[in-house]
Amino acid sequence: MTNDDSPTRIPSGIDLHAIGPYGDTLGDGIVQVSFSLPIPASPEAREAARRLAVQMGLNEPQIYREADLGYGFSFWIVYGKCRHHVDVTRIVVPKITSAALSFEEINALVLDNAGRRLRIVGACTGTDAHTVGIDAILNMKGFAGEYGLERYPAFEVFNLGSQVTNGTLLAKVRETGADAVLVSQVVTQKDVHLSNLAEWVDMVEADGLRQGLLLLCGGPRITHEVALELGFDAGFGAGTTPRQVAAWLAQEWVRRKK
Amino acid sequence: MERKLDLDPAAIQRCRHAAGAIADEVLGFAAERTTVSIERAVLRWMGVEGGDTDCIPLVNRVVDAAGVAGLLDRGVALPFAEAVRASGLPPTDAARAIAEGRLPLRAPDAEFESAARDMARTLSAIGADRVRRTNRTRQRFLERLGEGSRPLLYVIVASGNIHEDTVQAKVCAKAGAQVVAVIRSTAQSLLDYIPEGATTEGYGGTYATQANFRIMRAALDDASEDVGCYVRQCNYASGLCMPEMATLGALERLDVMLNDALYGILFRDINMQRTLTDQAFSRRVSAAAGLIINTGEDNYLTTADAFDAAHTVLASEFINEQIALRCGLKPAQLGLGHAMQMNPWREDMFLYEVAQARMAREIFPDCPLKYMPPTKYMTGDIFLGHVQDALFSLASVMTGQGIHLLGMMTEAMHTPHIHDRTLALESTRMIATAARHLEDEIEFKPGGLIQTRARVVLGGAVGLLEQVRDEGLFGALAHGRFADIRRAPDGGRGLDGVVVKATGYWNPVEDSLDTLLAERDAEVVR
Repeated sequence: MTNDDSPTRIPSGIDLHAIGPYGDTLGDGIVQVSFSLPIPASPEAREAARRLAVQMGLNEPQIYREADLGYGFSFWIVYGKCRHHVDVTRIVVPKITSAALSFEEINALVLDNAGRRLRIVGACTGTDAHTVGIDAILNMKGFAGEYGLERYPAFEVFNLGSQVTNGTLLAKVRETGADAVLVSQVVTQKDVHLSNLAEWVDMVEADGLRQGLLLLCGGPRITHEVALELGFDAGFGAGTTPRQVAAWLAQEWVRRKK
Repeated sequence: MERKLDLDPAAIQRCRHAAGAIADEVLGFAAERTTVSIERAVLRWMGVEGGDTDCIPLVNRVVDAAGVAGLLDRGVALPFAEAVRASGLPPTDAARAIAEGRLPLRAPDAEFESAARDMARTLSAIGADRVRRTNRTRQRFLERLGEGSRPLLYVIVASGNIHEDTVQAKVCAKAGAQVVAVIRSTAQSLLDYIPEGATTEGYGGTYATQANFRIMRAALDDASEDVGCYVRQCNYASGLCMPEMATLGALERLDVMLNDALYGILFRDINMQRTLTDQAFSRRVSAAAGLIINTGEDNYLTTADAFDAAHTVLASEFINEQIALRCGLKPAQLGLGHAMQMNPWREDMFLYEVAQARMAREIFPDCPLKYMPPTKYMTGDIFLGHVQDALFSLASVMTGQGIHLLGMMTEAMHTPHIHDRTLALESTRMIATAARHLEDEIEFKPGGLIQTRARVVLGGAVGLLEQVRDEGLFGALAHGRFADIRRAPDGGRGLDGVVVKATGYWNPVEDSLDTLLAERDAEVVR
């Protein structure tokens, strides 16, 4: 925000106390929404869609598409002017604050302070069969051009793969004397991933292993904030690279040791 | 099939030759074995349905009892038929009596041996009759309503609740879907039994059960009448219960089943001896039931790089083809799988994808080919995702694919919402209509990017297939030749369910399958 030409700067004249959607004029509040209704398309259904949009906080809703999907369903694309705004100055978002470190710096930090490799157990838990997330972070090959944790001399990695029960994961944590556990949740339905993650934290605590164990979770629907709410130490969302996880692990482990 | 890519026929021949040797190795191995799931499929074919008071399927109870009695290496059919003969009970009641310990399961005494064999043949013939009737019903639907134009548009439903699924399936049919697949609940492939009854809870999908198959069939038949086009039902003959799933598909008139020689081994860590033995029986059932099988090569590209690993897809298609043909499937029943999974920002990506799609079309001219949409580089940006899917649809239409799996703009987010599918179907139908005869109009520049790409991929497949032939398929899987995943011959789930056949092994359902296939071939000749 120092350079006025920067595309990420906040322009002058913007009132951070009242930020709303922008279409083509500051303050117009334009948004688009689309949804289906469990009733056939009809003039009444159209009015229902319009009133719903009003209740969503949209002034002057315009219905640009109505489609009867058959068998009692209809689909609506609506534009409107959002009458709400948000005071950005009052927002506090928990963020991962660890510094970005290089591959070599991470290894040096761990090995100099621990004098050994940190043991990392990872799994995609519950019924989720998608190893893509945990593999991207842990596998040698890594993700986005960065090596996975297996490649780091500082880490000893146990990747249990997918469809691992929380019980199996707990047994592995005990067996290996793990320093950290990474849990991945990729595909979800009706928020089963959240209950599964909460159960995992409960189990670790009930087992008396929480102390001295770093709990991480990751996946496209995970944020650091959600992770903290669930009782984890850190959460990593979509696009996280292995090095970001490794850097956090190294720094947090060292911080707690001190 | 017009040849636009100038592919070397000798290279294609070498691929088929090597894949044929691999198929012979696999089927020779499978012929000496049976599995608990094959034996359970025999009982299902003979009409055993339902579960015990704990909802454990009766077929599991009977086969478990046969295992305890040491009868499995000669097949469950004869001892079970003897139990039916001796008790005079219908198959399901006899199975229940065996499960409750009220009826013994044992080999017949010498004096009853011949009568027990006759009973087994009779029970097997009843199953065969049901399959015959099912095939005729499908045939009549197709003659009366037709299947619509190709590519067949294929969508998935996966709400977890079969009754919700039927609603979604009907809406899909109205929007032009020609195949509706019910995705199974996550991890069902790892269950060594098929759950019982209509189910309303599942994660990531809906349990495949005999009752659910019937419920969806009835809904799709209704929808077929409404829209004037036969809508096919698809499910999965895969996982630990592969032979039973194929059998239920045959009995309950599914039309398409996912069935891959290697998928379970690579992606579900199912033991390779188990899956390859199950495969041989399952494919014969599918052949006799007129099912289209869809193979799963597209999945390789979700772990390996789509550009670098394209030849592994082609190699696996050859292996799946050669195994399938030897099991009695006709080329028109082979929905060999492939996918558009390259990074959409790679320069000329569309040309390479067209090259590969057309290559598969020319190499397997009589197979419908199952073309899978982009998933790996879908981001949750639904607007960009819709464009990625549009590129895919255009590639599909201009290369003559047979079964087109609809890409969803909400891929990588959630199982599709009701309008996601309608929007996908609408846009794909628009592209298919707008470019209907594009395929006939285009030629590819000799020696250009497209021809060259196809030639390179084919060359890679020759090398890989000959390597796999020399290593043996088991060795190749142990070395991680497919999808960068290594699997050990004795590793994975389900090896304890594999039984080496004794000399007296007998399976009358195999005889019924032979009869059905002979009838089919006689029909074709006539």
